[in-house]
Amino acid sequence: MLHLILFLVFGAICVAGAINLLTQRHPIDSALSLVVVMASLAVEYLLLGAEFVAAVQVIVYAGAIMVLFVLVIMLLNAGVEERTKGSRIAVLLGVPGVVIAGVLVAWILLHRVNAAPVPIGAQPGDPRDIARILFHDFLLPFEITSVLIMIAILGAVVLASRPEAVVKRASAEASKAAPELVGAGKEH
Amino acid sequence: MVPLSYYLLLSGILFVCGVLGFLIKRNIITIFMSIELMLNGVNLSFVAFAAHWHALRGQIFVFFVMVVAAAEAAVGLAIIIAVYRTRETLNVDQVNLLKL
Repeated sequence: MLHLILFLVFGAICVAGAINLLTQRHPIDSALSLVVVMASLAVEYLLLGAEFVAAVQVIVYAGAIMVLFVLVIMLLNAGVEERTKGSRIAVLLGVPGVVIAGVLVAWILLHRVNAAPVPIGAQPGDPRDIARILFHDFLLPFEITSVLIMIAILGAVVLASRPEAVVKRASAEASKAAPELVGAGKEH
Repeated sequence: MVPLSYYLLLSGILFVCGVLGFLIKRNIITIFMSIELMLNGVNLSFVAFAAHWHALRGQIFVFFVMVVAAAEAAVGLAIIIAVYRTRETLNVDQVNLLKL
């Protein structure tokens, strides 16, 4: 019973955060509501007995990835987004379509899925078992993901670094503007 | 004891919110956050099925999804910075040319 209450409370927080992400117009508000979604999802993982996944969710998702997002938002000084008018037909057809599809999916999930309740903490979710699977059965995919991360970091550096011509031009302008400063810098 | 279908419903709602945000938002960073929301919804269903079938391997896939999400966030945000540098806007409606 307690688990159901916890699930409902944090599920409601989760959905509220997701809807808030859609309705907020400033990206930083959306980012903070995404943090709420991720933190409450971590609680849902705890309820499912996946303690390690919950910890990684908080550290990697709510920590690292969202810091990256907030950093970029502040770096680019993103303002309130401009709205564009959607087409009227899309609203007229889309909203009923979404409602019908949602009700259908919910009905199928609630009635047709063999919905045995998920027992809490019934499965071993501790880091030892996860590590045994991750570093034994899934060793090759694990190594491939490390290569993937490597490529992603290199790609991010290449993409985010300024093009060489721009840097040269900027440094040339700087040396033209203050040659004595650049010369003093070279001496040291 | 919470039925599996509740978890799947929550996961579906999160995914649909992500799709909606991807379609209706106009800020490129917010669109990117909607993709993260979709990935989170999928992760929840992975963990729920892992708990349901007593298969720990479902949780392993969550880690792989997180790794891919992290790589995607790094590359995607670098692309956003590059786009902002050349066009000086974050509005996707104004980013409609492949080459300036």
